[in-house]
Amino acid sequence: MASLKTISKLSARRQGRPAPELIFGDLWTYDPAPETADPKLKARYELFINGRFTAPKSGRYFNSINPANERKLAEIAVAGPADVEAAYRAAQKAFDTTWGKMPGAERAKYLFRIARLLQDRAREFAVAETMDGGKPIKESRDFDVPMAAAHFFYHAGWADKLDYVAPGRRIAPLGVVGQVIPWNFPLLMCAWKLAPALAMGNCVVLKPAETTSITALKLAEIIQDADLPPGVVNIVTGAGETGAAVMGHPIPAKVAFTGSTEVGKIIMRSLAGTDKKMTMELGGKAANIIFDDAPLDQAVEGIINGIFFNQGHVCCAGSRLLVHEPVADRVIAKLKQRMKVLRVGDPLDKNTDIGAINSKEQLARITALVKSGVKEGAGLFQPACTLPAKGWYFPPTIFTGVSMSHRIAREEIFGPVLSILTFRTPEEAVEKANNTAYGLSAGVWTDKGSRILKMSTELKAGVVWANTYNKFDPTSPFGGYKESGFGREGGRQGLLDYCRLL
Amino acid sequence: MSRLPITKTPKVYVGGAFIRSESARVFPIRDAAGDFFANIPQCTRKDLRNAVEAAAKAGPGWAKRTAYNRGQILYRLGEMLEARAAEMTAAITLGAPSPARARAAAREVAATIDRLIYYAGWADKYEQVLGNVNPVAAPYFNFTVTEPMGVIGVIAPDAAPLLGLVSLLAPAIVSGNTVVALASETQPYAAILLGEMLATSDLPGGVVNLLTGFRREVVPTFATHTHLRAISGVATADERKALKLGAAESVKRTHLLKAEAKTDWFADRAQSLEAIRDTLEFKTTWHPIGA
Repeated sequence: MASLKTISKLSARRQGRPAPELIFGDLWTYDPAPETADPKLKARYELFINGRFTAPKSGRYFNSINPANERKLAEIAVAGPADVEAAYRAAQKAFDTTWGKMPGAERAKYLFRIARLLQDRAREFAVAETMDGGKPIKESRDFDVPMAAAHFFYHAGWADKLDYVAPGRRIAPLGVVGQVIPWNFPLLMCAWKLAPALAMGNCVVLKPAETTSITALKLAEIIQDADLPPGVVNIVTGAGETGAAVMGHPIPAKVAFTGSTEVGKIIMRSLAGTDKKMTMELGGKAANIIFDDAPLDQAVEGIINGIFFNQGHVCCAGSRLLVHEPVADRVIAKLKQRMKVLRVGDPLDKNTDIGAINSKEQLARITALVKSGVKEGAGLFQPACTLPAKGWYFPPTIFTGVSMSHRIAREEIFGPVLSILTFRTPEEAVEKANNTAYGLSAGVWTDKGSRILKMSTELKAGVVWANTYNKFDPTSPFGGYKESGFGREGGRQGLLDYCRLL
Repeated sequence: MSRLPITKTPKVYVGGAFIRSESARVFPIRDAAGDFFANIPQCTRKDLRNAVEAAAKAGPGWAKRTAYNRGQILYRLGEMLEARAAEMTAAITLGAPSPARARAAAREVAATIDRLIYYAGWADKYEQVLGNVNPVAAPYFNFTVTEPMGVIGVIAPDAAPLLGLVSLLAPAIVSGNTVVALASETQPYAAILLGEMLATSDLPGGVVNLLTGFRREVVPTFATHTHLRAISGVATADERKALKLGAAESVKRTHLLKAEAKTDWFADRAQSLEAIRDTLEFKTTWHPIGA
């Protein structure tokens, strides 16, 4: 009986293609498998202030574009200073009159409601998230939306157990907080920011990223359905200017920001001289370290997930691969094979592994950094793949022979681009991994438990994944060392960033 | 002509099924007006042994559920109880009670729902508060985690027959234990209805097993059954002595409240992390750190 590989070769010859190296992916083509659930989008999204959808005082709107096909999805309101002011006043009033006085057990029930309503509408939200941001539907469906609901669920349970957050001390909410979130996990970042703030008893003004405002405003619909008191959550949309207004307003006792290190530093400078608390979840350039005793097939899956998850638009992406020299050739060969079967294309297709790049600007930035990698002498590899004619896409890319001084080894690319370096000893791996201004995350792959613990002790990173990568959970604190920011999100530690000690 | 209603046959909820006592015995309960209401199964020590078997069978699967999932299921039970709060209130009062009695029962049901939500919230948190990493003076990663004990016996009080029962069983199951509970002897009907709500709350069969019957017949077997790893309950002085004597035979944990002390089940004190800890074991693991 002919093996699959033989059939595959015959099939390729018949179609006039070269004999394949792979049995899967060459033998047949995929039919489209589009997700067709209705995302229930509105033509126009207003600001969400004081429990109501409100037109912006300026009357200005901008278009939200589907990065997969460059078509307009909806109009989003631009919040000006007067709108931000109204949002903060509503938040302050809610804190003073309802939310700040409510017993924790009652706040908990509101958060449980939000979690449940989000679970109810999970598929609708997943489709909206994928259309707005470009991420593969399998990721928004299986990761972003359920994880967002899980964050509300987890923090709901804390609202009446705050005595356990800071043992030996009494704690109180901060009051009103301002939050600005990025475009890579739009709904999930909403949940990460809102859930702990609300559980602790704070009221919020939140600004989603300009390119991905829709799921935040759909969450506002859920917040209405949950009958949350008006003003507890206010959502203002717009670009950098709106963000600056949210961060710079005098009312919030704390601002929380997730985004680039560059913008994080601007915010820190602008708030110097005030007493505002801050948390910053910024960029990363994580090392994913593969030792020679690692289970290599699993490690290759981990490398793929580490860098190509969400098109590499992940602050903790394993964007620097450090491979132990004895296995470097084997790992790179396996990695290239694996990359050939990655499916790049329509984010709404259930088979898609890599979707659309979030924006034209981001695509330009990735392209420029990849050019610099080639120019500085690293070896580029991209599997053959056909990208859709419309929309913003970038093929999965790896660079071999990268040195620590290359831009692609130092700067955050925030795209599906992996830089591969090698090492000979664990000490060298630690040295190279820590030789960066960032310190958000790291990966270690080895069969040896004692080595995992030694590496995790020495790596200067807020999260260390051992024999896995890109794992998240509401119970697990996330956040960075050094220029990757400060403060943690999730777990008991995350709540501490939203309270004051009495 | 008015229609004659169908009366419900009360059955106990054991191993995910609704059963009568193996003894085929019942005892009657009366409604608020003093009229016959229904016959309640008079469970025996053999029923108890069967229930422990069902609980032991359900244990490993329940303990393996994620903490998040156990939390959601307890929350779901809260949802079920809230949706049928009026029915449960009537199950406590039985018939047309005085307004004060009706208000008290409604308050008990509301407090029971809140208690379930309280423990649902602990499901993925108690480990973060009770567990530790221990800074031992050697290159070892040393950490202490909790594990559920196994099958827990619960003996419910007569006062607050629903709230007392739920306050005792919720902290046990939240961590992955399974429970065999004896309902209030004088007011068992709320437990019968609770079983019906448990059955529709995504809780796997056998995680909670509810028996009705006479304390003097069943409590001695709670004391001596070696597969029960702990007893949480309310007991008289004589019962406490018997339970502790029996517990000594298999080094069983006992967490007994005094029946004569009149526990206030509505108080904040009646719900606590410590109640969860009462049915947990602690496990410490040492692992070397080194290249």
